[in-house]
Amino acid sequence: MVRVLGWLVMAFAVAPREVTQGNVQRIMYVHVPLILASYLAFGVLAVASLVYLVRRDPGADRLAHASGEVGVMFVGLGIATGSIWGKPTWGTWWTWDARLTSVAILFVMYLGYLLLRGTIEDPERAARYCAVLGIVAALDVPLVHFSVYWWRTLHQPPSLMKPGGFAGSSSILWPLLVNLVAFALLYAYLVARRVRLLRAEAEATA
Amino acid sequence: MSYARRALAVAWKDLAVERRSKETLNALVFFSLLLLFVFQFTLGGDRERLAAVLPGVLWLGFVLSALLALGRTFLVEREHDCWEGLLLAPGDKSAIYLGKLAGNLALMLVVEALVLGLFVVFFDIDLGRALPGLLVVVALGTLGLASVGTLFAAMTANVRARELLFPVLLLPVQVPILLATVKATEALLLGEPLGAVAHWVKLLVAADTVYLVVSLLTFDVVLEG
Repeated sequence: MVRVLGWLVMAFAVAPREVTQGNVQRIMYVHVPLILASYLAFGVLAVASLVYLVRRDPGADRLAHASGEVGVMFVGLGIATGSIWGKPTWGTWWTWDARLTSVAILFVMYLGYLLLRGTIEDPERAARYCAVLGIVAALDVPLVHFSVYWWRTLHQPPSLMKPGGFAGSSSILWPLLVNLVAFALLYAYLVARRVRLLRAEAEATA
Repeated sequence: MSYARRALAVAWKDLAVERRSKETLNALVFFSLLLLFVFQFTLGGDRERLAAVLPGVLWLGFVLSALLALGRTFLVEREHDCWEGLLLAPGDKSAIYLGKLAGNLALMLVVEALVLGLFVVFFDIDLGRALPGLLVVVALGTLGLASVGTLFAAMTANVRARELLFPVLLLPVQVPILLATVKATEALLLGEPLGAVAHWVKLLVAADTVYLVVSLLTFDVVLEG
């Protein structure tokens, strides 16, 4: 755990130093890894849900539960940071651009997942229902992606919403990659802590 | 009893109960009539503006009545203490799912036909050549709504705040169905052939297939215990 934190500190301390652009652009270093880490979280959630349904292992359920919470938090923060970046850059907090819409749907879908967890008292039943919902949601993601893409792009050219052209120079790429790793580790760390807490809760009530 | 017979038995039971009590159907018909009033009052009388939003409003009507109808899927069993009876049905539980789905589809299609008829009368839509294509889109969209709706209704039947949780779970998952049906309806009402919205129809078919397969495979898990 100490080593994970060390990684994080390094990533945050080193990454911004390499940047020479305006301050608003720095949000990107947090925004992109947040969203990508949330995809990782929802992917883990889907796999853990499937594993739970097959093996009925409470550990898989706890992993799905923790991943759901961290994923929703990450995607929520990702939307918030994107919004803060969008206001000065695009001139608006929010537009119904294809990607924004997809992510927003993802957010509400997994928020519903957490709501369902919160309302079921019996842990075994909560695990079963949430596993089913987790699988339905995961399979829904490609459908959401295509429908939203067609919905927007057939409507208006996507070039309008293109974010202010980022050149793929390595001075931007490297801090971004470091942050990607850092956020993946942050995800793993948070999930590990949450799973431990959930296990302790389960043992305490058993 | 064979698998199909068991599914049919469940559907038959639900439809027989509905035919005799008319609990859901009466309220739904009245509700959709009220929706029409609400749309008219909130959108104003401007014909052109109404025509522009009509596909969206039509599907809003379908979805709202579907939320009410689907949410009640397993309430008959709850209210009359027959839940255990349903669970005791022998064999693969997905037969129960198919039966419930068939009952829901029948109920929803009746209500949707009625809503469509009311729309034609009140908003003066000229269905004309669009009707065959529209029927395909409505059928596929309804199947998508009902397939996930029936599964989620089973999940929320025994949960606190079920009336709230059911739409909250169902609506985000149904975004692809909503987008596809509204966009396809819009194009069809503008006089385009079904071929022009083939990509939406394909998406609907794909979504329906995915939803049905997942529901059939996971329904057993939802009903146990």
